[in-house]
Amino acid sequence: MHDFGIPEMFFLLQGLKWTVLLTAISFVGGGIIGLAIALARVSRVAIIRRAAATYIALFQGTPLLMQLFVIYYGLALMQFSIDAWLAVSIAYTAHASAFLGDIWRGTIQSLPAGQTEASNALAIGYVSRMRDVILPQALKISLPATIGFAVQLTKGTSLAAIVGFVELARAGQIVSNLLLQPLLVYGIVGVIYFFVCWPMSIFGSAMEKKMSLGR
Amino acid sequence: MPTKSKLPTSEGKVLIELKNVDKWYGGFHALKDINLSVRKGEKIVLCGPSGSGKSTLIRCINHLEKIRGGTVTVDGRVMGETAKSVEGVRRDIGMVFQSFNLFPHLRIIDNCSLALRRVKKMPRDEAEKAARKYLDRVHILEQAEKYPAQLSGGQQQRVAIARALCMEPKAMLFDEPTSALDPEMVKEVLDTMIELARDGMTMICVTHEMGFARQVADRVLFMADGEILEEATPQEFFSNPKHERAQAFLGDILGHQ
Ligand SMILES: Nc1ncnc2c1ncn2[C@@H]1O[C@H](COP(=O)(O)OP(=O)(O)OP(=O)(O)O)[C@@H](O)[C@H]1O
Ligand SMILES: [Mg+2]
Repeated sequence: MHDFGIPEMFFLLQGLKWTVLLTAISFVGGGIIGLAIALARVSRVAIIRRAAATYIALFQGTPLLMQLFVIYYGLALMQFSIDAWLAVSIAYTAHASAFLGDIWRGTIQSLPAGQTEASNALAIGYVSRMRDVILPQALKISLPATIGFAVQLTKGTSLAAIVGFVELARAGQIVSNLLLQPLLVYGIVGVIYFFVCWPMSIFGSAMEKKMSLGR
Repeated sequence: MPTKSKLPTSEGKVLIELKNVDKWYGGFHALKDINLSVRKGEKIVLCGPSGSGKSTLIRCINHLEKIRGGTVTVDGRVMGETAKSVEGVRRDIGMVFQSFNLFPHLRIIDNCSLALRRVKKMPRDEAEKAARKYLDRVHILEQAEKYPAQLSGGQQQRVAIARALCMEPKAMLFDEPTSALDPEMVKEVLDTMIELARDGMTMICVTHEMGFARQVADRVLFMADGEILEEATPQEFFSNPKHERAQAFLGDILGHQ
């Protein structure tokens, strides 16, 4: 049995790399789909609105763990041979899109009706109204909540270990089992998570402060 | 519609026409069989107690509210038959709101040039040139680079007027443009509206500024409970209101002034 050294640290950082990558992919993918979900959620067409609401309710109302299982084993059962990477990326993207979609839906609806009325009175159409008037304001207001979700997402990727995806938490588990020093290893893993998430939180509250000054 | 013969009949053609307009909010009958025609260049002041349907009426003209019965025609175009007609009417009609409704994240110049660029597809420099022209006209050109929150209420409302004028509308609708303003700012906005009236703009103004009504209105319409109860020249209306609701209303507001 040996002590925690450079190779172990390297292994953890290897895990961190996958954590960050998975977070980035699901945040970007979830952001794009989430924007569509948010727009669908405030659509004038009732059926589109309801479909988006169902999507959000489905992913917010079930545990992420179940979503991972269903996508990973479900696709496998349907004879799709699918690697862990693709499965967790799909699951986390779907998860992020539902939450981001709902955050942005909320801020879009929080804007005064006068913004839409003024756009309509100027004959500004849907695309420009969203792109130039509504979304810039809504996304700005939602920035703190969006960053807060990104922090949750980063930590939430540790669940992906359950389907054999070796990210930071799973790497920690492996090293800990090897060295039989769980307290030390998990302590180090915790510190690494902290130094990834903390700057994001700082950035988030700085944005919040800046915006409360601007209003 | 039965225009009274003693009213000044302007020569212009009819620009805005409402025929038998009915508007419901759910089970509430907000506008009852409204008939109104406004000629080119005419200035109409619409007044009446709170909840009488003044805002609803002018918001039906540019289809911010959907009507259940009747027709709204603007410059020969029947509103609402196609999406195109709605856009066409909105291009023809500018609107100024009580709460300004400027776009807070855009500079004044961008507030004014946005619709020119997006609706009229004007290149940016041309749109900004037009925007500066109208900002100058409402005497606020020096604020062009600022954001709305950096301006006073009166200045913001003048920007809102300039923003609407940029589209070169054939008529302007005003919904209590001065009632959200501090008293010392009311005059600058009214002066801007008076200048606009002098330049021949067709205007429908919901306002309780009776001085303004006296000075510029060709006709004063008095509304209550979703109906137009009285229609008269300002002189007639203020000195000799016929309907008892109008008498009570004038007693109220003049008593407070
Ligand atoms: N979106 C709405 N839904 C339901 N009822 C409405 C709606 N908008 C207006 N109303 C009702 O319609 C009536 C007319 O409203 P409107 O805003 O046109 O009145 P107004 O004459 O402009 O009053 P004010 O002087 O207070 O602005 C009021 O009784 C109001 O409560
Ligand atoms: Mg009103």
